[in-house]
Formats: sequence, structure tokens, C-alpha cells
Amino acid sequence: MDPASQLPTLLGLAWLTPLVSFVAILFFGPRMGHHGKNAAWVATAAIVTSLVLSLAAFGTWLAAHPVAAVAHGSHDSGASHAEGHAAGAHGEHDADAGHDADAGHGEHAGHGEHHAARVPVAYSGDWYTLYQGGDLRLSIGWYIDALTVLMFVVVTFIATCIHVYASGYMHDELHDVTDHEVHLSDGGHLHRPGRFPRFFQALSLFCFSMLGILIAGNLAMVFIFWELVGICSWFLIGFYFERKSASTAANKAFIVNRVGDFGMLIGLMALWGALGTLHFADSTVAAPDGSAVTKPGLFSLVRPAATGHALQVPDGMVTFANADEVGRIAAEHAARPSDGADEIASRIDGWRSQGIGRWLLFIAGVGIFCGCVGKSAQFPLFVWLPDAMEGPTPVSALVHSATMVAAGVYLVGRFYPVLTPDVLLVIAITGGITLFIAATIALVANDIKRVLAYSTVSQLGYMMLALGVGGWSAGLFHLVTHAFFKSLLFLCSGSVIHACHTNDMRKMGGLARVMPWTAGTMLVGCLAIIGAGIPFVIGLSGYYSKDAILAQALSYSQANPSWSILFYAVAGGAFLTAFYMFRLWFMTFAGTPRDHHVADHAHESPTVMVAPLVVLSVLAIVAGWTLPGGFGIANLVEQARPAGTDVTSTGGFLFGSLTVPAEHLSHEGAIHVTATLTAFVTAAAGVLLAAAMYLWRMISPTVVAYMFRPVYTFLSHRWYFDELYDAIFVRPAFAVASLASGTDRGVIDKLIDGIAWSARQLAGLDAWIDRNLVDGLVNATATATWNVGLELKKLQTGRLRQYVMFIVVGTVALFVLASMLFRAALAS
Amino acid sequence: MSHLAAGLPFASVPLFAGLLSAPVGVAHYLVVGAILFTAGVVCMALKRNALGVLMGIELVLNGANVNFVAFSSPYLRGEGAASLGLDGQIIALFVILLAAAEAAVALAITLNFYNNHATVDIDRAEDLKG
Repeated sequence: MDPASQLPTLLGLAWLTPLVSFVAILFFGPRMGHHGKNAAWVATAAIVTSLVLSLAAFGTWLAAHPVAAVAHGSHDSGASHAEGHAAGAHGEHDADAGHDADAGHGEHAGHGEHHAARVPVAYSGDWYTLYQGGDLRLSIGWYIDALTVLMFVVVTFIATCIHVYASGYMHDELHDVTDHEVHLSDGGHLHRPGRFPRFFQALSLFCFSMLGILIAGNLAMVFIFWELVGICSWFLIGFYFERKSASTAANKAFIVNRVGDFGMLIGLMALWGALGTLHFADSTVAAPDGSAVTKPGLFSLVRPAATGHALQVPDGMVTFANADEVGRIAAEHAARPSDGADEIASRIDGWRSQGIGRWLLFIAGVGIFCGCVGKSAQFPLFVWLPDAMEGPTPVSALVHSATMVAAGVYLVGRFYPVLTPDVLLVIAITGGITLFIAATIALVANDIKRVLAYSTVSQLGYMMLALGVGGWSAGLFHLVTHAFFKSLLFLCSGSVIHACHTNDMRKMGGLARVMPWTAGTMLVGCLAIIGAGIPFVIGLSGYYSKDAILAQALSYSQANPSWSILFYAVAGGAFLTAFYMFRLWFMTFAGTPRDHHVADHAHESPTVMVAPLVVLSVLAIVAGWTLPGGFGIANLVEQARPAGTDVTSTGGFLFGSLTVPAEHLSHEGAIHVTATLTAFVTAAAGVLLAAAMYLWRMISPTVVAYMFRPVYTFLSHRWYFDELYDAIFVRPAFAVASLASGTDRGVIDKLIDGIAWSARQLAGLDAWIDRNLVDGLVNATATATWNVGLELKKLQTGRLRQYVMFIVVGTVALFVLASMLFRAALAS
Repeated sequence: MSHLAAGLPFASVPLFAGLLSAPVGVAHYLVVGAILFTAGVVCMALKRNALGVLMGIELVLNGANVNFVAFSSPYLRGEGAASLGLDGQIIALFVILLAAAEAAVALAITLNFYNNHATVDIDRAEDLKG
């Protein structure tokens, strides 16, 4: 049982299985049973295989690294040091670099005395090198730690539920479909063949791409699968591509994501240009002389063991940012380059203390975060996500819970060791703005899926904010719990839509009687997302993760009083979340039916759709629990905590001095109690207000909307973000495009047309010359020959005696001629 | 002898002057050959009967044969019996041979012509005129 070799194999297979399914359905999908019915089985079998392999990897991991209670601070440095010891022995380095591992371990032990720095267990390596040239090495590799293993299980599990659910939900696609939302020019509706296999094909590719991001061992590979996720989202959001709204939404999601990815490319270039590597962990590469050398990865460059894993601007960035000075020193020592190198090396620390290179690290961090802003739908790029509701509901569930939007948060979590306090503050502010804006929009939305979409945006804001204020495990813990309850909520909404054939909550109501299972499971989801629980005793999964975020935000606010707004944003967001989630539940399931036509046709969904709901709701309840032995998702995430991030750090140059408090400080009594009570009070207030307005009808929503009409209009227009982007990006782009097309039509086309016209005229002249002069000459020659022939013909009389006379006369004439000529010749 | 020759009108033509008085040599044969040739050509030109034309052809060919033989004979050239010099005789034999073959072909054509037109009048053979 060697996890270093077993985990990459298991997770690698789990990663590739959906690819196999994708390829199989791509080529043989339409032949898989009637209308490709069996494609669902192929895709589901693949994802179940992935799940089983992930669970096996999970088991392997737990066997090798049992989850223990979180190690707080230095008082149990013994235990945490032992953990670090294990990491030095068989983590961080490949198994085949054993002596390097020993060396690293020794060095690590030397520093362990005063820092107790805990190094997480992580396995890394490369399967295949795509390209190697100079410093750049692009490879398909793995970086596996507790977070990777956990996310694999979460993603494959949720994807399995969604596959099962979708095989029921998408049954309309099994026969020819008449799309009532597509109006043809002849006034009819679009009638098209079903696309059942195509859906599962894209779903498989989506899972493959997402798992690729999870397992990726370097940023280049992350970027590859990042883009693959983007294209998959385009396929799936635009599944009903004949609908204008769907194709627009798909394009919007794709284009908005490209904006973020541009920032990510800048970040990648900053990292590669200055550091020459994109690998997360140290990697073993072959030196020119054939020996194996350890090339430090991003994590150990930014947080070297020599500083006790405290963050510092890496040497490469210092020299890169100070290239002029470095070049000058090198030129001075041109005679003996080694002296120059020594001189530069001796001055790096001085330059670093002057702050040279910190901008580069800041840009690298913000750049990578830009990509995450796009994928995880953060302000200002969140506009694509609500529109992505145009895809089939299982896609919304997958995109919103476990895959696409999770990718951004996951990458920030993975990349966390490289982020400076300034970058973290940018992340926290972005998250805070996002969660507030999205929550306010969700208050007034009437489309059930849009409410959930904005709640997703808002919860992603929570996660980003948590990561930004130093709550690394809080943010990722919330990512996992949110994956469970948000996929549950989406599948429930899908069930409701399936029954009611409408998205509009104003036409629903009283559905709890006809759809008890859906109503019950959705209630669980709502309670989980608002973080319901009995304070200090027990709660649903959201209770734990949201409390952790609140506590960390509070801890950050106390350490940086000027940024205490972040805590209020979280607390206010918790209130708003509770309000809009229960507004949704009350409007949909409670009270009496508002539209009897809808209510009469509503029915409970089939078992294949309800079963995933029940499974997910159980997980939405228990996912946050920590078992008495210490086993729990929070502690498992904690196991992967990046080295050096478990202590309070200070820094910051852009926003003044910043303190990022250690996360374990947020578990201290005063902060923890305050945070828990705040969460409980705000959530309870939100639920009560929602109940007062929509259940007991003590306050009329219409009156409230009327009283705050400007605010209501502002919110129901989604803060006019779409209009704003339309005005400042889309319209100028169209203006430029129409200018360009005008130039094209008016100038370039005219020019080309003119050239073509003159060429045609010239050709006409040429043709005239050809027909009249050249052909005339040839024809005249032919005519002359013809006429001469006609004349000569008369000589052939057919009279033999005449011929003989010709011969005789001709011969005599020749003789006479010859004799005369000879006379003349002789005379001369 | 020379006087006699000079009295004939033939001898008044400058080209033939001295022929009758000179010993028999190549020139005399050439004259005979020319007469034969001319008689053959005239025969070809004047006869309407195809057989007559064929006969004229034979005369033309044999006129040429006389020339060959005459040029070939060393006695006639006045060079004594120095060599056997049979070239002309052999060419004459070839000509005779060819004349026989030609006559066979020509007679066959004539026969066929007769079969088709019931005549051997070559003035009637103008089917191929232009």
C-alpha cells in the first residue's frame, strides 16, 4: 500500500474514465439503442466508475493519513511536526527522489524547533511532458493532497447524482421534439430530432475537464482544462441552441469567461517569465549531464522552507523586476561572470527589503484570480451565470455546484500559498461586493432558477471572501458543503419545473401537498444554505461552514479595523440569504396555489429523479459534521493546508499594513461565540421576515415593493449591470464593428469591385483583339488556302493523256529552263 | 561516208553533226534511246486505248535501258576491254524485271477497269477528277 504510486493511478483513471465515455458516445452515441437511449447508461457507468475509483483513492488516503482533530497553534507542535515529518518522507517529492526527500526533511527538522511549520502531505509528478524547451516545461501531471482527493469524491458523487437525475429529466429528448419556445418564420414551432446522446456526451466531457483541473500538477495544465470547462459550458448552456436566448446565454458565458482568462494569462506569464516554472510542487528533472535535479515549484519558491514557509517575493521576481540593475552588475563583472552572480545574489535580500518585485507577485496573484473571477462568477464578471439558466436544469446543477464555478474557488485555494495579503484583500473585497450585489438581486427575482443562480453567485462571494480574509479551510469547506446543498436545490427546482412547466414562482404555491418529497428535500437545502442549526450544538452542513467564514471575517475585522466592512457584508449577506431562500420556499410550496391550472397538473417526479434528491439532502445535512474521532470534511481540508498559512502573517504595501490572522484564532472563544450568534440571529431574522411576508402575510410584498419602488426597480433590473455592460462594452463593440463593416463594404469592397471592373474591361478589349485580329488572321490564311485548293482542284481532270502531256511539257520546260540557266552560269 | 552523212537532213542539226561520220559510240545509242523514248511518250499521249498506253510505257522504259547499256559498255566508251563493267546491264535487267511487274499490275488494273466500264478507253477513266 504505497499511496505515492497508488493515488495517481486511481485518480488518473477516475479522471480519464469520463473521457472514454465521451469518446464512445461521440462516435457511437446515436447507435446506442433507440435514439441513443443507452448513452445515459454509458455516461452514468463511467461517472460511477470514477466515483468508485475516487472512493478507493479516498480510502487509500485515509489509511495512509488518518484524519485527526485540527492542530491548533504551537501547543501541539509535536503532533503537527510529526505530520510534517511524514510529508518530508513521502510527500512533496517523488518516490524516486528519495535522497532529496531526506535532505528536505533534515532541513525541515532544523527549522521545526522555532516555527513548528506544518507541511501538508502532497504527491506530485508528471505523466507526460507535452513540451520542453529552455525553462519551460509543459506537462500533464498530478498534484494530489487531501483537498484533491476530497474534491474528486465530491465532484464525482454529485456528478453521479446529476447523471441519474438527468437520465430521467432529459427523456423528452428521446423522441422528436417540438420546441415551443422557437418560433419559425412561417409561424410554426421548431420540430427537431431529440439530442439525448449529445447531452450525455457533453456531460462526460465536462466531468473529465473538471477532474483535470482538480488533479492538475501545474498551472499550464489547469489552464488547458480551464478552457475545456469553458467550452463544455458553452455546449451545455447552449443545448437548446435554436432558442435565441440559449445561444446568447452560451456565448455570453463563453465571452465573459474569456475576459477573466485574459487576466489569467497575464498571471501565468508573470509567473513563468520571472520564475520559469508553472509547477505547483517541486519536480525532479533531468539536468543536461543526465543527473536528476530537483527544480523548485511555485509553492517552495514563494514560501521557501528557509523562511519557515513565510511568504516572500521569490529571488526570480526580484531580479526580474530589477533587470536594469542586474544587467549593470553583470556588465561590470563581464570578465568574471561568477563574481557578478555572487554580487547579485548578495544584494537580492537588500532589493527585496526595498520592495522590488512585490508588484510582480501582486500582478501574478491578481492575474490568476482574474481567471477565477470569470469562472466563479465574481463581480464584475458574474453576469453570465444567471443567464446560464437557459441550459437544462441538470446542467445548471452541475455548473453551479460541483464543476465550473467550483473551479475558480478551487484554484484560488490551490494557489493560496502564492497570494500576498494585498491580493487576498482584493479577493476579499471582490467576494464581499459579489455576495452583497447577488443577494440583493435574489431578493426580488421571480424565476425560481434565477433566485438559485444569484444565491450561487452570492455563496461563491462568501467563499472568495473567506479565502481573502485568510479563512483557507473555511472557504474550501464551504465550497464542499455548498456543492451538496446547491446541487440539491437545483435538482429540486428542476423537479418543480418538470412538474409545473414554468419557472415563474408567482404561478406556484401550495405545491408541498402534491410534491412532498421535493418540498421536504428542498426545505433541507434551504435550511442548509442559510446555515440553520442549534447554536453550539448541532446543525446542517451550512451551519458549520458559514460559521467558520463569519468567524474568520470577524477575526480579520478585529485585526484590520479599517476593513471591518467585510464582516458586516458577511453578516448582512447571511440575513439576505435566509430571506430570499425562504421567500423561494414559501412562494413555491407553502400557502395555497396561485394558479390552479399549474397546480392541477403538478405531480411528484419519478423515482429516478427523487432518489438523487434524497441522497443529496442526507449529505446536505451531514456533510459538515465532525465525528467524535475527529473525522470530518473540515479536518480533512485542514490536512491539505498549505505550508506556512497556519500562522498569522502581516504584510501589504498597496492597502497599507494588513494582518491576515491565523485561521485557528477564529476558533477562540470570544470570536467564535460572537460569530455563531451573529449567524443565528441574522438567519433567524431573515427567515422570520420571509415568513411574515410570504407565509403569514402580515406584511404585503406588493406594498413593500411600492414603498421602496426605486430600490425595487433597481434590484429587479439586476443593478442595471446588463444595461451598463451593454452601454459600455457591447454597444461600443457593435459601433466599432459596424464602422469596420462599413469600411469593409464602402471602401475595401468598392476598391475590389473597381479593380474587378477594370480587369473585366481589359479582358473585354483583349477578347475583341483575340476574336478580330488574331482569329481574323488565322481565318484569312485558312480561307486563302481553301480558295487556292479550289482553284488547283480544277487541274486534276482525270484524263491520263492530259497528265502525260503535262509531264512532257513540264519536262521540256524544265530542260529549256535548265539549259538557259546553265548558259547564263557558264557565261558568267 | 561522211559526205553521205552530210547530205542527210538529219546531219544538218548541229547537235547531231558528225554523228554519221564518227565511229559508232555512246552518242549513237543515246540517239536511238531518245527516239525510242520519244516514240513511247508520244504513244502514251496519243493512244486512247489503255493497252496502247502500256505499250508506250514499255517503249519509254526500254529507251532508258538502251542508255544504261550504252553507258555501261567499255567498247562503246572507247576504253578497250579493260573491265567487265556489267553495272548498266544489270540495271537494265532490273528495269526489265520491274517493267514486267508493272505491266502485270497495269494489266490487272486495266482488266478491272474493263470489267467495270466495259471499255479500255482511258478518256473514260475520269472518275477521280477534282
